[in-house]
Amino acid sequence: MKYDIVIVGGGPAGLAAATSAKENGIDRILILERDHELGGILNQCIHNGFGLHTFKEELTGPEYAERFIEKIKALNIEYKLNTMVLDISKDKKVTALNKEDGLFEIEAGSIILAMGCRERSRGALNIPGYRPAGVYSAGTAQRFVNIEGYMPGKEVVILGSGDIGLIMARRMTLEGAKVKVVAELMPYSGGLKRNIVQCLDDFGIPLKLSHTVTKIHGKERVTGVTLAQVDENRKPIEGTEEYYSCDTLLLSVGLIPENELTNNLDVKMVPVTSGPEVNESLETSMEGVFACGNVLHVHDLVDYVTEEAVAAGKNAAKYIHGEYKKGTYIELVGCDGVRYTVPKYINPDNMEDVVTVRFRVGDVYKDSYVSVSFDEKEVIHRKKRVLAPGEMEDVKLKKEDILAQSDLKKITIRIKED
Amino acid sequence: MEKKDLICIGCPLGCMLSVEMNDGQVVKVEGNTCPKGDQYAKKECTNPTRIVTSSVMVDGGTIAMVSVKTESDIPKEKIAACMKELKGIKVSAPVHIGDVIIKGIADTDVNIIATKEVALK
Ligand SMILES: Cc1cc2nc3c(=O)[nH]c(=O)nc-3n(C[C@H](O)[C@H](O)[C@H](O)COP(=O)(O)OP(=O)(O)OC[C@H]3O[C@@H](n4cnc5c(N)ncnc54)[C@H](O)[C@@H]3O)c2cc1C
Ligand code: SF4
Repeated sequence: MKYDIVIVGGGPAGLAAATSAKENGIDRILILERDHELGGILNQCIHNGFGLHTFKEELTGPEYAERFIEKIKALNIEYKLNTMVLDISKDKKVTALNKEDGLFEIEAGSIILAMGCRERSRGALNIPGYRPAGVYSAGTAQRFVNIEGYMPGKEVVILGSGDIGLIMARRMTLEGAKVKVVAELMPYSGGLKRNIVQCLDDFGIPLKLSHTVTKIHGKERVTGVTLAQVDENRKPIEGTEEYYSCDTLLLSVGLIPENELTNNLDVKMVPVTSGPEVNESLETSMEGVFACGNVLHVHDLVDYVTEEAVAAGKNAAKYIHGEYKKGTYIELVGCDGVRYTVPKYINPDNMEDVVTVRFRVGDVYKDSYVSVSFDEKEVIHRKKRVLAPGEMEDVKLKKEDILAQSDLKKITIRIKED
Repeated sequence: MEKKDLICIGCPLGCMLSVEMNDGQVVKVEGNTCPKGDQYAKKECTNPTRIVTSSVMVDGGTIAMVSVKTESDIPKEKIAACMKELKGIKVSAPVHIGDVIIKGIADTDVNIIATKEVALK
C-alpha cells in the first residue's frame, strides 16, 4: 500500500490535518485510528466550550468532532478505524495492525503525527499506601460517566486542578456525587480560569492550592485520603494534615504527549514538552515527518489544535508537491519565564507571511510584558494583564520583519516585569 | 458605586472583567476582548445563566449513551431541576445531532438536544 500522506491518529489534529492536505491538492491520504470512531478525546468531552474561535459558536466536544468527521466524509478521505499503528521507520514505512488486514505496511510520502496525549497516572506520582479500588485518572472517570453511563463513586476528592479534573468535579456533582475538595500541589491552578468559575465556584467546591495527598486510606476500596499543605519545595508541611473521607480519588495531574512511536523514530525531542522538536512548518527533525496537536505539546484549547493541524496538513502537501526549500535556520529560544516555544526553528524561506509561535510560562505573572528580540534588538513588547502556566500563549512573527533583519540568528522570547 | 471582578466564561480565553454597578444596574464593563464579554458581565451580575451538558441512555445504538445539552443557557438556579429531569431518560437509536430529547426542561422554554450521532446497532 502506498499513500502520499499517512496520518497517525484520528482526533481533531489528525482530522484537520487531513482536510487541509486534501484542500491543498493531495488525494492519496490515509488516516489510521486505533479507536472504533474518529474524533479522539473529544468524544468524551461532552461539555461545551469548543470551537468559539474556529466556528464562532460554542459547541460540545462531540459536536466539534462531528463537523470535521462530516468534512472528512464529504472530501472522501480514506480512514481505517480499530487500527493501531505499531511502528514508523526512518524510510517512512508505517506498520499497523487491525482485524481485517492483520499486520500491514504502508509506504508514505509524508507522515503526520497526531497521536494526542495521555494522562499521567498514579504510578508517576508515588503516593504511598495500598492500591485500593476507587483511584482513577480524571479522564478515565470522564469516559465512565459520559460514555458508559457509570458513576465511579459518591464521595470524591480530586488531586490536581487540570481542566479535566475541574470538568469532572462539576460533572460528578451534577450526577449527584459530593465532591469534597480539589487539591493542587502548585500555588496556582493548572486549569483554565473559566473552568474554575464554572466547575468549582458555581458549586461551592473548595480549591486548596499548595496541597497534596499524602496518604490514601482503605485496603480494598478507598475510604479516605489525607491532604497536607506543601512548602515552596512541594514537601508536605508536618502538622497540616487533614483527613477527608471519600470513596473515590480522581487524579488530574497532567497530560503527556503519546510519543512512543516518535521516540522509536529517533527524532529530536524537547524535554520540557515531551514532544518532538519542530520547525516553522511543524516538521520534526526527520524530513517529511510532521507533528500537530497534543502529540506536539499539550493544548488546552482544541481551536488551537485545529489551527496547528491545518498548518501541518498544508505543509505536508507542500512537501509532497516538492515546494519545500532547504535553507538556514533561525533558532527560537524561550527564557526568563518562557518554558518552551513551538516551533523551535524557523527557515524564513519556508515560512508563511505570519508564523504563530506558541509557548507556556512557568509561573503566574501579573501586568507583565511578553518580549521578543531578534538577536539583541527587541521587536515586540506586549502588555499582558495575566500570564499563567495553565494558559498557552502565542506571538505572531511576520516574515517581512524577519527578512528585514539581515543575518538574524536567534529569536528570544521572554517575560519582562516592565 | 460598586465594583466587581469577574472572569468571563463566554469562551475559554477567560478574560478578566471589571464591572461597575450602580443600584443593581451594570454601568461599565472593562477587560473584555469581544462584545460577548460585555453581555456576559451584565447578565452574570443581574441574571446568571449556564448551558448544562449531560448524557442519557440510548437503546439499540452502537454506543450506550448519547451526549446532550440545553439548546441555550438556563437560569443557574434551574440546573438542579434540569439534572433531575434528565435522570432515567432513555431514547432509542438512531439519534442525530440536534434531535430534541426533552421539550422545555425544568419549566423553561429551553429544549434538551442531542450533541452526538448514534447509529442503529
Ligand atoms: C482526558 C482528556 C480530556 C480533555 N478535555 C478537554 C476539554 O475539556 N477541552 C479542551 O479544549 N481540551 C480537552 N482536552 C485536550 C484535548 O485533548 C485537545 O483539545 C484535543 O482533543 C487534542 O487533539 P489531538 O487530535 O491532538 O489528540 P486526541 O484527541 O487525543 O486524538 C489522538 C488520536 O490518536 C489516536 N492514536 C494514538 N496513538 C495511536 C496509534 N499508535 N495508532 C492509531 N491511533 C492512535 C487516539 O486513539 C486518538 O483518537 C482533553 C484531553 C484529555 C486527554
Ligand atoms: S470577553 Fe470575549 S474573548 Fe474574552 S472570554 Fe469573554 S467571550 Fe471570550
